[in-house]
Amino acid sequence: MWFDRLLQGVLDTLLMVGVSSLIALLAGIPLAVILVTSDKGGIFEAPTVNRVLGAFVNLFRSIPFLILMVALIPFTRLIVGTTYGVWAAVVPLTIAATPFFARIAEVSLREVDHGLIEAAQAMGCRRWHIVWHVLLPEALPGIVGGFTITLVTMINSSAMAGAIGAGGLGDIAYRYGYQRFDSQIMLTVIVMLVVLVALIQLGGDRLAKGLNKR
Amino acid sequence: MSAANARLALDAQPFTPPQNAQQRALHPELSTAHIRFIGLNKTYPGQAAPALSGIDLNIQRGEIFGIIGRSGAGKSSLIRTINRLEQPSSGRVLIDQVDIGEFDEDRLVNLRRRIGMIFQHFNLMSAKTVWQNVELPLKVAGVPKDQRQRKVAALLELVGLQEKHHVYPAQLSGGQKQRVGIARALVHDPEILLCDEATSALDPETTESILGLLRDINQRLGLTVVLITHEMAVIREICHRVVVLERGHIVEQGAVWQVFGEPQHDVSKTLLAPLQPTLPAHLQARLHAQAPRPEAALVLRLRVSGRDTHAPQLSTLFSALGGQVSLLQGGIESIQGRALGQLVIAVEQSPHSHDNVIERAREWAAQVEVLGYVV
Repeated sequence: MWFDRLLQGVLDTLLMVGVSSLIALLAGIPLAVILVTSDKGGIFEAPTVNRVLGAFVNLFRSIPFLILMVALIPFTRLIVGTTYGVWAAVVPLTIAATPFFARIAEVSLREVDHGLIEAAQAMGCRRWHIVWHVLLPEALPGIVGGFTITLVTMINSSAMAGAIGAGGLGDIAYRYGYQRFDSQIMLTVIVMLVVLVALIQLGGDRLAKGLNKR
Repeated sequence: MSAANARLALDAQPFTPPQNAQQRALHPELSTAHIRFIGLNKTYPGQAAPALSGIDLNIQRGEIFGIIGRSGAGKSSLIRTINRLEQPSSGRVLIDQVDIGEFDEDRLVNLRRRIGMIFQHFNLMSAKTVWQNVELPLKVAGVPKDQRQRKVAALLELVGLQEKHHVYPAQLSGGQKQRVGIARALVHDPEILLCDEATSALDPETTESILGLLRDINQRLGLTVVLITHEMAVIREICHRVVVLERGHIVEQGAVWQVFGEPQHDVSKTLLAPLQPTLPAHLQARLHAQAPRPEAALVLRLRVSGRDTHAPQLSTLFSALGGQVSLLQGGIESIQGRALGQLVIAVEQSPHSHDNVIERAREWAAQVEVLGYVV
């Protein structure tokens, strides 16, 4: 029974982290590309778009997750119809993860040598060719590294969500470990989290290293 | 002319451009310019001094054209206006008599596919193999796969890197990277090749081989090569004509042998200095500015300018000067089939006065400089 409960916790955590990070990945990369290319001197220069988008990203990045989660309750209810459970946690997690990951991906995209963009222009690449064939492939190892950091950060945040009723390992640790003083449960959850984070970090590092041809 | 005919020609084969295109290049009146700059200006925002100022220049089809200058002289800006990586502030750039200033993205992309470019730092995509790097320009142009494969294979063979097609640029030497850069630049069969300090990051031996490859490409494919460099040796090695840029202005231009033989502007002379022999220190130390005694030896630097395509006649010089003439330093090299270089000589026991000796030397050499007197 304990085993079932823990397994359910792990699955809930993976679900929350997986879904929110996946959405963050799909939304964050385009966001990062827009942030980089719309900047001054970028290939799709648009200073207004850049400023508005940058301010928006900064806004969500600056709100602590606990507060964001509470502030988003009406929005969450609107989207999933409830404010309780795994799917209700996915909404604030996604909204926290997307700008977080976008900023990290942006840094990797900015690090792509300007000479490569110039070479691409000189060989007759259109602007979206440059994004697709130069910016993204060259920044990929950094983006993978950034996604790893995002996953780990989301495990952290999901535990916080768990504490206010989202389920997952955080929920178990809070209810049984903290409220019932069951240190054995607490320790088990900690070990599971450590293993989970270590596995993600290891996998991410391996992948980034394999992709890096420099 | 019999005396002249008896002279030894310096080169068994005087300079003959291998292609019609190059013949036209050396005789501008026979063709219109391939690339033409008219009143070109470029000022970067926030900078008072213009990067380019009033550039008027014609580059002929099939020639290897050098642009030289110190760093910050405007070379990079100038070469980048040819494929519009740089937008001029005013003035026009004409390629085949077409003004490229108003091109939209479609026409610009097509233009850039007619112009290859190689870079000082190679600018290869690190995440792509050698093959993928060379293939990229074709891929984005929508060329079918079988055509791409034939083209890439042929170009890797041209630059001698067939064996390396599957490796990533990080595993290549500088010279090999530049060869990939050249293959990539040629993949669309361009009519113009732009070289942006293409050999500046390479060691002398590799530079030699890359320049050889560029010369070979120019001759075989007949394309116009425009290169910028801060090294006169590169210009000497492969260029037909050269302009010297300084602070955004053209200060000197002409055939390479002319600029080397009789540099007019101080900047050209400074740039040439590393290639020129200097008097050994122990002789330098013994030089006096004024003749301490009338019988002191006169030390002269004679510049042979290459106006004459024959090897300079030393016997003529010696008999004109009289007395004992010793050669202290110097050499003659052949540039575009013309003999040019410098000789540093000491003249003593001449029956003629010092002034008279200088006068006589002037009849033999293009430029005579009195370095001093030695006792």
